[in-house]
Amino acid sequence: MGHTVTEKILLSHTKGLKSIAPGDFIMANVDICLGNDVTSPIAIKEFRELGLSKVFNNKRVVLVPDHFLPAKDMRSANQARILKDFAEEFKIENYFELGDMGVEHALLPERGLVLPGDLMIGADSHTCTHGAVGVFATGVGSTDLAFAMAFGECWLKVPETIKIVFTGKPRKWVGGKDLILKVIADLGVSGALYKALEFEGDALQYLDMDDRFSICNMAVEAGAKNGIIPADKITEKYVKAAIKKYKPARKSFKAVKSDKGAVYSEVREYNVSKLEPFVASPNLPSNGKPVSSYKNVKVDQVVVGSCTNGRISDMKIAASVLKGKKVNPGVRLIVIPATQDVYADAVKEGYAEIFVKAGGTFCTPSCGPCLGGHMGILFEGEVAVATTNRNFVGRMGHPKSLIYLANPAIAAASAVKGCIAHPSEI
Amino acid sequence: MKFKGKVHKFGNDINTDEIIPARYLNTSDPKELAAHCMEDADPKFVNKAAAGDIIVGGENFGCGSSREHAPIAIKAFGISCIIAKSFARIFYRNAINIGLPIFTSAEAAEELKSGDKVEVDAAKGEILRSGKKKHFKSEVFPKFLNKMILSGGLMGYAKKRIKKLKN
Repeated sequence: MGHTVTEKILLSHTKGLKSIAPGDFIMANVDICLGNDVTSPIAIKEFRELGLSKVFNNKRVVLVPDHFLPAKDMRSANQARILKDFAEEFKIENYFELGDMGVEHALLPERGLVLPGDLMIGADSHTCTHGAVGVFATGVGSTDLAFAMAFGECWLKVPETIKIVFTGKPRKWVGGKDLILKVIADLGVSGALYKALEFEGDALQYLDMDDRFSICNMAVEAGAKNGIIPADKITEKYVKAAIKKYKPARKSFKAVKSDKGAVYSEVREYNVSKLEPFVASPNLPSNGKPVSSYKNVKVDQVVVGSCTNGRISDMKIAASVLKGKKVNPGVRLIVIPATQDVYADAVKEGYAEIFVKAGGTFCTPSCGPCLGGHMGILFEGEVAVATTNRNFVGRMGHPKSLIYLANPAIAAASAVKGCIAHPSEI
Repeated sequence: MKFKGKVHKFGNDINTDEIIPARYLNTSDPKELAAHCMEDADPKFVNKAAAGDIIVGGENFGCGSSREHAPIAIKAFGISCIIAKSFARIFYRNAINIGLPIFTSAEAAEELKSGDKVEVDAAKGEILRSGKKKHFKSEVFPKFLNKMILSGGLMGYAKKRIKKLKN
């Protein structure tokens, strides 16, 4: 019997295991474990209580203070400090101080820290993003991170896999974000609960890495344990370039694919050439509908950024919509490139100038407003269109504010029109 | 272990942003987090509920962020356990890891109402509603997880493992 790519990665990372099946509990070896400034302080406290003199591997623990930095208040500065002091004491090689720091799920692949075939855990629910590099990557809690830092292991239940097949060629202005919003609209927020979402199909040739990151990023919003796109030529080219530029400690990898006889709990096919850009209305990420179904939804704030859509392709798309145009008076446009590299490239390519000339802001990398942290909190009654991944009650600020999730083109067009819009309308 | 308390009923998809909003995530102090427990799901929860009470949810309880602050807030407040139709996976593992008792029972979650007085027998996986006298069965934890729970959560298990290695 064949195995899915997820099962194969879990099997190869579990000592002494000869076979594997969905439902099995395993104690798996972890290649990379990750924490941020919100989740790591708890993990660090628990790790210290174990009284160990070192972490399992100081090259495999990654700490990224991306949520509340630049420090939004004294408490956040303290939380960041806890990471910094721990990194120094335990010689954590991959600790990213402000200035090098970026949104963790954009930063790690950029630096070649996650490789095809890896098993990764992160104390952040959007760790599933890294599945776009052909990695088994899953979100866990702070205590799981403490355990992984100590032993390099994580307990996991082997998931069933739902296969999603994308065929056809996406239309203009349709990208990874729209595809995943459509999938989640069909599955619902718990339709993939405890399962793996595996994405395949001939449409992948038209989806660059940034599209693939957007897709895998939101796997968790359907309740999935992980999202994964088996590594192909596009993935390998990306990873090799990252390794060449940043020379990480690990330079070799082996791409893993699903077997022909792999068993899936279900298979869903999507002809992406038929899709319009999708927008998810408050208060669930599963409320996706074609953008044309939104009429006169007035907008106060637009956010372009986050681990979902804060990469260079997203900046390019938003800039191409905004070029020569002005942000609607009364709308605040907040653009947040996800890493320093994206920031620098956006400046070099002229995107930053386009945002500023249009009347938008261009900010330093941070998770910022995505989770209601800082850099753009909403007041009561305000409405935002955001390229982020969640629109639960109070997600970006006041419990009576509203968030619509969209791709960067729709977000940019909405900033110009002052209400939810398609680029063709401006 | 046995729990006894008053039910506070919630609907489906109660997410971690509602359980403990991001504006409180600049601390990991359990007492401070407890003061804002369930705040965006029900701003009056901390006034209505008392230590020992039980939260009952629908499907997908605890969905959203991985923030361990969510089960920490609930546990620190003194909620004795959570009963739900299903739990989101990160919340599920966080609750087990920190020793917050959770029980999966679609029937109980459907029928119990706010104000009901309930007794839970963790060892038997039984939920009893006093007054209207009805028994519900909860799903039993797999052996693998039970071992961890009985060690006092994941860190209890970790400490045992370190002790073994030293000996």
